Amino acid sequence: MTQDKFKEITYAQAVAEAIDEEMARDENVILMGEDVGIIGGNFKATVGLRDKYGDWRVKDSPISELGIVGLGVGAAITGLRPIIEIMFSDFMSLGMDQIANQAAKIRYMSGGQVKVPLTIRTTIGGGRSSAAQHSQSLQAWVAHIPGLKVVVPSTAAELKGLLKTAIRDDNPVIFMEHKMEYNKKYSVPVGEYTIPLGQANIVNEGDRLTIAATSSMVMRSLEAAQELAKDNIYVEVIDIRTLVPFDKQTIIDSVKKTGRLLIVDEGHLSFGVGAEIGMKVMEDVFYDLDYPMMRLGTEDVPFPFSPALEFPIIPDTKKIYQKSKEMARQ
Amino acid sequence: MKSSYQENFLTNLYATMFRIREFEEQVFELYKIGLMPGLAHLYIGEEAVATGACATLEDKDFIGSTHRGHGHLIARGADTKKMMAEILGKKDGYCKGKAGSMHIVTLDKGILGANGVVGGGIPIATGAAYMAKIKDTKQVTICFMGDSATNEGSFHESLNMAAAWDLPIVYVIENNLYGISVGLKRVTKVADLSERAKAYGMKGLSIDGNNVLKVYETVKEAVDYAREGNGPTLIECKTYRHKGHHVGDPGLEYRSREEEDEWKAKCPLICFKEALLKEKKTTKKAIADLETSIVQEIKEAVEFAKNSPYPDPSEAFEDIYS
Repeated sequence: MTQDKFKEITYAQAVAEAIDEEMARDENVILMGEDVGIIGGNFKATVGLRDKYGDWRVKDSPISELGIVGLGVGAAITGLRPIIEIMFSDFMSLGMDQIANQAAKIRYMSGGQVKVPLTIRTTIGGGRSSAAQHSQSLQAWVAHIPGLKVVVPSTAAELKGLLKTAIRDDNPVIFMEHKMEYNKKYSVPVGEYTIPLGQANIVNEGDRLTIAATSSMVMRSLEAAQELAKDNIYVEVIDIRTLVPFDKQTIIDSVKKTGRLLIVDEGHLSFGVGAEIGMKVMEDVFYDLDYPMMRLGTEDVPFPFSPALEFPIIPDTKKIYQKSKEMARQ
Repeated sequence: MKSSYQENFLTNLYATMFRIREFEEQVFELYKIGLMPGLAHLYIGEEAVATGACATLEDKDFIGSTHRGHGHLIARGADTKKMMAEILGKKDGYCKGKAGSMHIVTLDKGILGANGVVGGGIPIATGAAYMAKIKDTKQVTICFMGDSATNEGSFHESLNMAAAWDLPIVYVIENNLYGISVGLKRVTKVADLSERAKAYGMKGLSIDGNNVLKVYETVKEAVDYAREGNGPTLIECKTYRHKGHHVGDPGLEYRSREEEDEWKAKCPLICFKEALLKEKKTTKKAIADLETSIVQEIKEAVEFAKNSPYPDPSEAFEDIYS
């Protein structure tokens, strides 16, 4: 694609564009959540949609996470294609019965009679001094439950293509937006495009180390890769894109080439995404490894409020650079 | 009994209640001889609620059910063969053996699903009503729940939204006085659960849930009200489960034999049958013939279920995603 077919928009605008395009395309698409309407969302990611589609299709909800997710499930199985926003992934806890026991299970329990075309948009990520109840990256919670799909997009361009696909998917999809990205500008293709779920994306080619990352950690990994290149260490960076469905093969093929795998995800380390991906690929790459698989994630402590405490516990470009450097030594 | 009620309508109500009763008795037998995996929550004693309520609906309407859902499904016209096969975990069950007693779904009858989580079906039923509202389909949803579900957050969140947005839904509480072993009075201050409707700006009514015509007439008014776009109603039907919480619970420790006898004397089937005969709406012979044919129907459902094969183990990996 040539440069003039791209435009600069923010990550928040990419969310709004994706929803706008899907609402225009399919009258069954509705959006519901706390503050999504009149003010256009707590993170300004749904600005203008209520004016365009009206109060019933873009609905400001009461503060009732369980209620709105369940309402979304009921609307989905009876013909709508709802997008439900949960402002922070930390608040998925309030709606968890409907997410994990209802949305995820109804198709299976019905013996395949029912489709649940439901998208649950929520936010992950620390770095805003939001402390322990507004900062977690809880993708591991939902990726653990069979029946859900889980998307962890990186850039605005990725987000837009993946969100459109999620909305068109006939299954419940947990779509996790990184709250530190909303105001950042990215180059996004002009016009209609979608990105399939379940295909990882190699965003930087290299031969010495594979970094497989999710969400904004893809961008941090690319920054680290640029620094490492100055040291003549060329790392392959893979944007995992979706945890469920999971593209194992792209990572396996890369690790067979590089012999080293670092997994970076902002969720807490223990029992997390890094551990699971490591085990998922272990049986295929064990004899190709030149170094033990490693992972970076948020330290196993609740998110502290003070920036002096918060930033040291989150993975960042420097930590990825240092860990990569350690792993890449001959 | 209103004179305008046709014999056919009245005997159909009785037939539905009797079908539920007989179905449940046979489920209990299958449990006792070890043919039924897991558990089932029997509807015996509460038949008038599902029967009266579902008789108000049109084919296009929806119901949301509960863990004690067999009665709702039968009252909505579900196939007793497919239900029984599902309860035995067989391939020919409604959900191919993946649901069992507690989770049967069949959308072709507008049945959004039984639900294994207390209160879990309330927001889902509310979502069906939201769809009907914004698409202006004139479909009404009846959301069944037990008394204990009204102490769940899902009840509060759903009724609040339904009232705020005038959704076309009728919430029907089956108050059978106990949540497993815990008497409602021990954990809830209000005597009439319909009082809770006031908190949402919704109309609330408490009625005799063992009187099928009372249930029918009350729910009918609420369904019409919802269909005309006026919003939801909360109806508490006071009733009793004759058996324990589930098939494995004798129900002996937490309630008195006197209380059980008192409620069994108010059995919805016996009361309605007596009323029909007293008002000469039908004959003993007609009732006996009806009962005989339903006993045969359920016997065939049991045979169908017994003869249905178990699903192949590989089917555990099917139907997870569309």
